[in-house]
Amino acid sequence: MSEFHLYMAQRLSALVMAPFVLVHIGVMIYAIQGGLTAAEILGRTQGSVFWFLFYGMFVVAVSIHAAIGLRTILSEWAGLRGAVLNLTALAIGAILFAMGAQAVYAVTATGAA
Amino acid sequence: MSRAMVAASTSQRREKRGPKVGTTGPQITVTVQRGGPEGPGRKQQFQVPAYDNQTVLDVVSWIQQNADPTLTYRFACRVGMCGSCAMMVNGVPRWTCRTHVSKVLQDGAMEVAPLRNLPVIKDLAADMDTFFDKWVSAEAVHHPTASRDDPIAPIDPEAPERVTASAGIECINCAVCYAACDTVANNPDYLGPAALQRAWTLYNDAKDGAQDTILDAVSGKGGCHSCHSMGSCTAYCPNELDPLSAIAGLKRATTRRFFGKGRA
Repeated sequence: MSEFHLYMAQRLSALVMAPFVLVHIGVMIYAIQGGLTAAEILGRTQGSVFWFLFYGMFVVAVSIHAAIGLRTILSEWAGLRGAVLNLTALAIGAILFAMGAQAVYAVTATGAA
Repeated sequence: MSRAMVAASTSQRREKRGPKVGTTGPQITVTVQRGGPEGPGRKQQFQVPAYDNQTVLDVVSWIQQNADPTLTYRFACRVGMCGSCAMMVNGVPRWTCRTHVSKVLQDGAMEVAPLRNLPVIKDLAADMDTFFDKWVSAEAVHHPTASRDDPIAPIDPEAPERVTASAGIECINCAVCYAACDTVANNPDYLGPAALQRAWTLYNDAKDGAQDTILDAVSGKGGCHSCHSMGSCTAYCPNELDPLSAIAGLKRATTRRFFGKGRA
């Protein structure tokens, strides 16, 4: 993958993330207005295809976006180059995706209503 | 270094140049970085007579001609056209021939060092090789569309692409933007603002026939996409050019090509 393709991937993932961030924060503020327990939240999200897709795509976009950004920082600040740099960035992306996917699975997929 | 000259002692003019070392009267304290490519050089202080009208280059020349003839620096035109005399003045890259001392003096003192982000040859003379090599790497070279036997194609100076190109062609290759750029400092592969700006002017030049070649060259490792848009290039350019916008233009052009669109 060339630097240009990484650049495009980071910009496009940002494009995906922007509305997700707004909806995520907006719904959060709206939903807790009347007070909301964890059980009530899970009751609405678990088994929901919408929230699975919403947060699933969010996690994919974050993993791509953050891994590429941190790759640049590791290169310029820590001086990492070549395979070490690429493998480190790949590992960061994989860890972010694994953690996010686990959360999405727990919140939307388990205990389906 | 062919177009520039390293200053040599001009003893004939010395007598007319004003006071010798130790002359009473207002003086400025000048700290000069000395040494070669082996690393950060030692710093040496000089007392230089202060005049009403005096550029930083005048001060450096005074030191070389009156205090220490071994001081190495580079200049040619002395009028802001050749781009040879750029140095770090109080940590800021400047064209020294057009920088008035009164503008940079801090408590009657100033510090002069070779340009940042480039190897040092000796004292204040930076090695410009990597800077110019990167112009070639960025395909910032003319790709002809016609030969000398063809008629000269008319160019409309008001055409939008020509206006865009014209905005960047007054670059004097002084490397002030290159020295100011933090991305260059942290990413040795980065082509730098000057090379990318020239690539952008050629991309918009109706007489350049290799738009795709240029976009390929600036899309690689250390290309325009490495720029973080911090804007030091535009902030410090002595000719008030705007490499930041030129690089943004290259980013736009490569993105348009990615989505299968032609020139804007």
